[in-house]
Amino acid sequence: MDDVRVGIPRALLYHEYAALWTTFLSGLGAEVVVSDPTSKTILDEGVKAAVDEACLPVKVFYGHVLDLCRKGVDYIFLPRVVSVERRAFSCPKLLGLPDMIRHNLRPFPYLIDETVNLSRKPRQLYGALWRVAAPITRNPLRIAQAWRRATKAHAEFQDRLRCGYIPGIQAAGASGGAIFTEMGRADAAGAPGLTVAVIGHSYNVYDRHISLDIVSKLRQWGVHVVTADMVPHQLVQEEMERMPKDLFWSTGRRVLGSAYYLLRSRAVDGLVHLVSFGCGPDSLVGELVQRRAARLRTTPFLLLTLDEHSGEAGLVTRLEAFMDMVGVARR
Amino acid sequence: MKVTFPHMGTMWVAAKAILEDLDLEVVVPPMPTRETMSIGVKHAPEFACLPLKVNVGNYIEAFQRGAEAIVMAGGVGPCRFGYYAQVEREILDDLGYPYRMIVLEPPKGHLGDLINEIKDFTGQRSLRRIYRAVRLGLAKMAALDAVERQAGIVRATEAEPGATSRAVRKATNLIDRAALIEDIRTAGQRGLDFLEAVPRRDGEPAPLRVGLIGEVYMLLEPFVNLDIERQLGEMGVIVERHVYLTDWIRSHLALDFLRMDHERETRKAAEPYLRHWVGGHGLESIGNTVLYARRGFDGVIQVAPLTCMPEIVARSLLPVVSQDVDLPVLSLFLDEHSGEAGIKTRLEAFVDLLTRRRESRQRAGRPAVAPQLEVSGHRR
Ligand code: SF4
Ligand code: SF4
Repeated sequence: MDDVRVGIPRALLYHEYAALWTTFLSGLGAEVVVSDPTSKTILDEGVKAAVDEACLPVKVFYGHVLDLCRKGVDYIFLPRVVSVERRAFSCPKLLGLPDMIRHNLRPFPYLIDETVNLSRKPRQLYGALWRVAAPITRNPLRIAQAWRRATKAHAEFQDRLRCGYIPGIQAAGASGGAIFTEMGRADAAGAPGLTVAVIGHSYNVYDRHISLDIVSKLRQWGVHVVTADMVPHQLVQEEMERMPKDLFWSTGRRVLGSAYYLLRSRAVDGLVHLVSFGCGPDSLVGELVQRRAARLRTTPFLLLTLDEHSGEAGLVTRLEAFMDMVGVARR
Repeated sequence: MKVTFPHMGTMWVAAKAILEDLDLEVVVPPMPTRETMSIGVKHAPEFACLPLKVNVGNYIEAFQRGAEAIVMAGGVGPCRFGYYAQVEREILDDLGYPYRMIVLEPPKGHLGDLINEIKDFTGQRSLRRIYRAVRLGLAKMAALDAVERQAGIVRATEAEPGATSRAVRKATNLIDRAALIEDIRTAGQRGLDFLEAVPRRDGEPAPLRVGLIGEVYMLLEPFVNLDIERQLGEMGVIVERHVYLTDWIRSHLALDFLRMDHERETRKAAEPYLRHWVGGHGLESIGNTVLYARRGFDGVIQVAPLTCMPEIVARSLLPVVSQDVDLPVLSLFLDEHSGEAGIKTRLEAFVDLLTRRRESRQRAGRPAVAPQLEVSGHRR
């Protein structure tokens, strides 16, 4: 029998769980097909297929699913990720995504859309794994083994992120040590030249097409780039504990916590926050970061709103102006 | 300490009753106006959802009238509402308003936390007093809900435009002034009598019936929904909303023990399209569209603020639901730039379509196919 072909859209949470998902599914014996990196075609098709009101990342997601349909797959892997930790959730749109895809893109290959909700019952995960595996294998040993490998791959992936690896761009400095230590010493600031943090949803920062390749641009100018994933969880946690109320979006927490840490510790020379046009969580998180930056006045801050009409030229102008400010502030 | 709270339709009546019964001095913010909106728009994040912007306007206007503290509801996600208070606090801090913010977080499983919070800021130690105040507020909400539901029916056939709205205003004032539970009941009843007394047109065909679904704030606050209920009513349409005040209290304060069968029914009705809650009233919007179809309504209108996440999920699914259950659906996503005139044209077109559809069905004696109405986007 041929292997089951399972497609994963290279969009949204894929950018966080790439290693976990691909390792798990191939460990089960599936042939894993990942859609192509975002291109103009993928974006345009997504924009056409999704409702106008949707945010850019969701529209792009539609485009990636269509790309997989073209490639021909038996299933699309689209877990409904409700929550991956206690008392924190994904954005409402991710909660409804499997249904949106199912009903907006007919006729359509089957979805593997198992619900993952670890907010109250972490053990729910095991049932979910079993059901995800069902179309591929029902061998419990194989599932357990695949999951063990997958979590290991995921941990390694996160380690590499902490050490300076930026997916989508070639891995510079990936072999080095952690950028920020657990104690919060700002090693990055010691680097020669300027250091700028680019923060935001991983599907904005790590998608070269959506981000208009901002990371490479900064690097070409000799700027050392760090991301929110390089800030240890411990430091994010500490920042959130200082807040009157914890934030209940997993990604929002990481972005907000690391931004607050970077601002407080002055670990970087500049902070760029990439937000999606029409993004609900970003509208609040971006506001909080901006207000904190304006109050502290120590680190130049740039809020970049990305949408399907964002042009390269406008971005470069704004980035250049921003880097001038960063240079002045450093001196 | 003088307290205020954000506006949401007639909720001020109940909020005021509860707080005053707890011996607090209350500053009801001025009814939202264009000015309120422009204050909010100026200080709130550009891409925040509309309710947050109006809230900020309310607070600043209430401050000018002497308010010192704000009471508002919290939440635990996944929708933005649960973090509103935090962002609003930062905005007010930066602007230098020395407000104290009291955020009533939904109880995590039991009511103890909420009650402690109330005890804490009211200085009111007696549980009985708190219970009494809350009961008073709930009774007012129930009375207001009954009046508003009935108004949605009466307005469609009122003989003189505006008569129903006047009766509602009179009823609201009566309910506001009632101080005891019994008085509230009487006031509510008298309110219904006012509506009963509104002169009606007769000899016309039965009015069209339209269900309003969507985001709760937009549905409850006539200022932001451009008075959609009145507009439709004056076009001769019976209107029913899928949430009223009491429903909001139930869902936002997650009072699980008050969950009703209706919610289970809504969830079940939504199941073929949306199999999971998505925050806000997204799931309800889908489920209630199905239920309105079953009840023989002529159409459904979705009202939501631009960028509202749960309603965008619903918006993506509504065309499919509309086709399946054979019910025309119009989606209106509004923001601070939406104007009454623009919306009116679209409502008229929709009502026209519903009228023609009903006529053609009656002629044919069989159901016509639900037309697909694709109205998206905002302003333009
Ligand atoms: S978090 Fe923002 S960008 Fe991501 S799906 Fe939700 S609204 Fe869209
Ligand atoms: S339901 Fe919509 S409008 Fe209300 S807080 Fe959530 S996103 Fe904003």
